[in-house]
Amino acid sequence: MSLSLDDVSRIARLARIEISPAETEHTRDQLNHILAFVEQLQAVDTTGIEPMAHAVDVVQRLRPDAVTEADRRDAFQAIAPETEAGLYLVPRVVE
Amino acid sequence: MSAWEVVIGLETHAQLQTKSKIFSGASTAFGADPNRQACAVDIALPGVLPVLNREAVVCAIKFGLAIGAQIAPRSIFARKNYFYPDLPKGYQISQFELPVVSGGGLTIRVGAGETAQEKTVRLTRAHLEEDAGKSLHEDFHGRTGIDLNRAGTPLLEIVTEPDMRSSAEAVAYAKALHSLVTWIGICDGNMQEGSFRCDANVSVRKPGGPLGTRREIKNLNSFRFLQQAIDYEIQWQINEIEEGRKIQQATVLFDPDTGETRAMRSKEDAHDYRYFPDPDLLPLEIKPDWIAEVRSSLPELPQAMQQRFQADYGLSAYDAATLAATRASARFFEDTVAAAGKEQAKLCANWVMGELAARLNRDEKEIAASPVSAAQLAGMVRRIADGTLSSKLAKEVFEALWNGEGQDADAIIEARGLKQVSDASAIEPIIDTVLAANQKSVEEFRAGKEKAFNALVGQIMKATQGKANPQQVNELLRKKLGV
Repeated sequence: MSLSLDDVSRIARLARIEISPAETEHTRDQLNHILAFVEQLQAVDTTGIEPMAHAVDVVQRLRPDAVTEADRRDAFQAIAPETEAGLYLVPRVVE
Repeated sequence: MSAWEVVIGLETHAQLQTKSKIFSGASTAFGADPNRQACAVDIALPGVLPVLNREAVVCAIKFGLAIGAQIAPRSIFARKNYFYPDLPKGYQISQFELPVVSGGGLTIRVGAGETAQEKTVRLTRAHLEEDAGKSLHEDFHGRTGIDLNRAGTPLLEIVTEPDMRSSAEAVAYAKALHSLVTWIGICDGNMQEGSFRCDANVSVRKPGGPLGTRREIKNLNSFRFLQQAIDYEIQWQINEIEEGRKIQQATVLFDPDTGETRAMRSKEDAHDYRYFPDPDLLPLEIKPDWIAEVRSSLPELPQAMQQRFQADYGLSAYDAATLAATRASARFFEDTVAAAGKEQAKLCANWVMGELAARLNRDEKEIAASPVSAAQLAGMVRRIADGTLSSKLAKEVFEALWNGEGQDADAIIEARGLKQVSDASAIEPIIDTVLAANQKSVEEFRAGKEKAFNALVGQIMKATQGKANPQQVNELLRKKLGV
């Protein structure tokens, strides 16, 4: 499997990453190089082996249901670009 | 004959009743000042890691058990990627492959009263996920304000098969689901606060034909809107097709002011969420002994309780379903029966579903906050059963209990002299007086006018201030008139 320039542009758009035409070509070559490794992996016969969702075979540790976080809004908002009335402000988004 | 068949599937987001968020220790309490309950994890500061809340998993297990579904021994959390400012990570943690709950079903009753039909809606799955924050588009000089208090609130998304065939069925399902999640205590069911909201997938087809293209109506937060939105959407789709146009798959919003649905403008890539397993979260393991522990904590479920009401108390399916609509109502009924005696169960049911329900409804009160307690109602029911109270006098006693004008039915009966008179020697002289004063009615009755008889009964009841046993008045009067 290999990616076209259109595929790369689409992935970049979905990830909100702006790339120039020259970068698109370079990125495509890099991604295809990675996919070549994946092809080697896919050659391995995995019949009868259960897929894993994580690289290590351990399970999720769970937290008791308790409120442990204090209100740190002032500290968080001190490093936010823009706030008002306790809200974070962002460029207008309307559906 | 209807030329079109409607196909509906619902996706419901039920907010789980946990104290803290699904992946952080911030509070989930509703109504806090903006961003005061949004911690580093919720606002997605770099370097933070999610840790799963055990109680959210318990809620999912409870739900799975209550609908007879499979609980996955191992389930996976996934990232659902999209960009919106109220989702600061750039992805929502959800489940995609291997959800925690799959299969199961919910029995609904469609239609009114005793003629209602039962139907089972199959569930596809239910999965755990986090809620997003809230965007406020007004009043910030061309900027959007973001409140992340809701970000990270645990949700159970419950998805049905496309099994519903009308808006009435969809509403019956939504109500049954609402009743169930509040019954087992995993969701507070508050629709105004968004704790329980539905998305409806609607399509139409020729009966027996292939499924039509569906449109998804988003975020319906009342049963009435659910009904209105689906009805409008069905009619719109039928009109489009009959006028030769094709339905395009779309996400639509319902406008309660106009009663119309309208497609959201969406970008072509909007639905490419690129799910993948979240590397920050390991697989969730649920062992059989944990499931057994949760099972033993579940209350008796609505379906089982309805069957027990029918078997033990001889109630109809309709009565049983009405009483067991909520846990509070079922408890009130059972408390009443326990105090009044099992043989009075039907009478108790009639009062709980009738006068009490009507009065609660009129005063917009919940049954748990009823001014008339189950013990008080039972005391009154006992006096109806032993003939002390006629149904008319009982209403007066009920009203007095409601208004707190007496401690119990006996005190009110005593204080107001409301005892029904069933003593013939007390009633007969009154009948004689009324007959003497109403010779005209007596003659009319003898001439064959049955109406005149009723007029006489009315006069006698009036003379006894409604206290005479009406059945006995009837009998004695007929005897006096020689019929």
